[in-house]
Amino acid sequence: MSEPLVNVQSVSVTLGGNAVLSDVSLTLAPGRITTLIGPNGAGKSTLARLVLGLVSADRGAVHRRKGLRVGYMPQHIKLDDSLPLTVDRFLWLAASGPTSARRAALERAGVAHLRRRAVQQLSGGEMQRVLLARALLRKPDLLVLDEPAQGVDVAGQNALYGLLKEVRDEMGCAILLISHDLHLVMAATDEVICLQRHVCCSGSPESVSRDPAYHELFGPSAGTPNLALYTHDHDHDHDLHGDTRHPDHHHEGPCNHD
Amino acid sequence: MIELLLPPLLAGLAVALVAGPMGAFVVWRRMAFFGDTLAHGALLGAALGLALDVSLYLAVVAVCLGLAAALTALQRQRQLASDTLLGIVAHTTLALGVIAISLQTGIQVDLFAYLFGDLLAVGSQDVIGLWLGAVAILVLVVWQWRALLSITVNEELAQVEGVAVQRSRLLLMLLLALLIAGAIRTVGVLLITSLLVIPAASARRLTHTPEQMALVASVFGTLAVLAGLAMSWFANTPVGPSIVVAASGLFVLTLLRRPA
Repeated sequence: MSEPLVNVQSVSVTLGGNAVLSDVSLTLAPGRITTLIGPNGAGKSTLARLVLGLVSADRGAVHRRKGLRVGYMPQHIKLDDSLPLTVDRFLWLAASGPTSARRAALERAGVAHLRRRAVQQLSGGEMQRVLLARALLRKPDLLVLDEPAQGVDVAGQNALYGLLKEVRDEMGCAILLISHDLHLVMAATDEVICLQRHVCCSGSPESVSRDPAYHELFGPSAGTPNLALYTHDHDHDHDLHGDTRHPDHHHEGPCNHD
Repeated sequence: MIELLLPPLLAGLAVALVAGPMGAFVVWRRMAFFGDTLAHGALLGAALGLALDVSLYLAVVAVCLGLAAALTALQRQRQLASDTLLGIVAHTTLALGVIAISLQTGIQVDLFAYLFGDLLAVGSQDVIGLWLGAVAILVLVVWQWRALLSITVNEELAQVEGVAVQRSRLLLMLLLALLIAGAIRTVGVLLITSLLVIPAASARRLTHTPEQMALVASVFGTLAVLAGLAMSWFANTPVGPSIVVAASGLFVLTLLRRPA
């Protein structure tokens, strides 16, 4: 097995006097998708921020491989209207390089038509995909996504997780996902870590969904049969809008969503 | 006439050129009050320079940098909002500066010139200094443009992507302090912020990218300096206020255009 990209060892974090994480360990390896799940306030974002180096640990250690390239997709970012910024310029900040690279990254995230738009005019869902494109543009060793499925409908979420798997296969990068919705994430993840300030349980999605600790955390409805695991089969293709994409029909030009 | 007008013109243009991109950052990062505070501190710096008989520019830059560092430290506490802190510091330093200047015995100091600028009094020595400073600031801004813009858009994304956030923020403050020290002769302590904010605000409606906005702000600043000097020459008005009024006039004109 290759050298881990990030190794978090028995870390505790206290923010404003509150213990947010205690004795949490986590290893991120190339080519693996890890998902953090847990209720609100469980410390998922804090653990992700610890991996990103935005929060420091009070106890324990965080080792990052030297020269690690990270792509980060935050939940949302607020941009001041006084700053005129096109999507293209916004992407350029993450990695300079030819326009074609930025166009390709936007294409990958399904939002090529937004390239010349002002960032402030984007809807929540569009902004998420632009942030994903920006993260991909950096050709990351590690991709960290905080609640990537927010504001995206179910079909779009499936497309998104399908895309993340493709990205992992192509780039061989590690992916760290934060989600509070286990079921959609299950099919697209190698390891699930169930967090409630400490690691409640972890392992493959199947084993976590059978773990009593998981059911305790998410309540009795968490594993009912009508919410069966979603497995994405690839006899057809969705784009991120949830439309079915046909190979001979090229999706082009601005989509007018009313 | 041209020998008389050339030094003020060149000095004004040096300041206006740099005030474009720096003013854009002041607008984007909502630092107008912060700039004002540095400017008020500049008066204290000038007074100290006179009292200690050292270079006025050096004293102003030193006081501005000290203020910037102190404000950054003060803003870490959460009980008082940062505009409250700035209000305290800005007017305390202004009051101290006025007192310090009035205490100078033996030297005739024109307080009005510091408060509202005295562009017509600049000599060729000042012009050379201003242009050296202007070129230095512009080179640094262009060289560090992506880092400075990254931290302005989102500091956390910038940090994850490997930008030295603290260093870039410090650089921005340092450059602002340098500019304010230079601009004290053109428009004076009380009007410097307007030369930063008004051209950049005027440029906002006409532009689509940060680079365009910075550039157009420089052009507007230049036009304001030209118009202000002309107004001062023909109508015998004070130069600093004339430049600011010209800049405001341009701003009002841009309001007539539909936003870009």
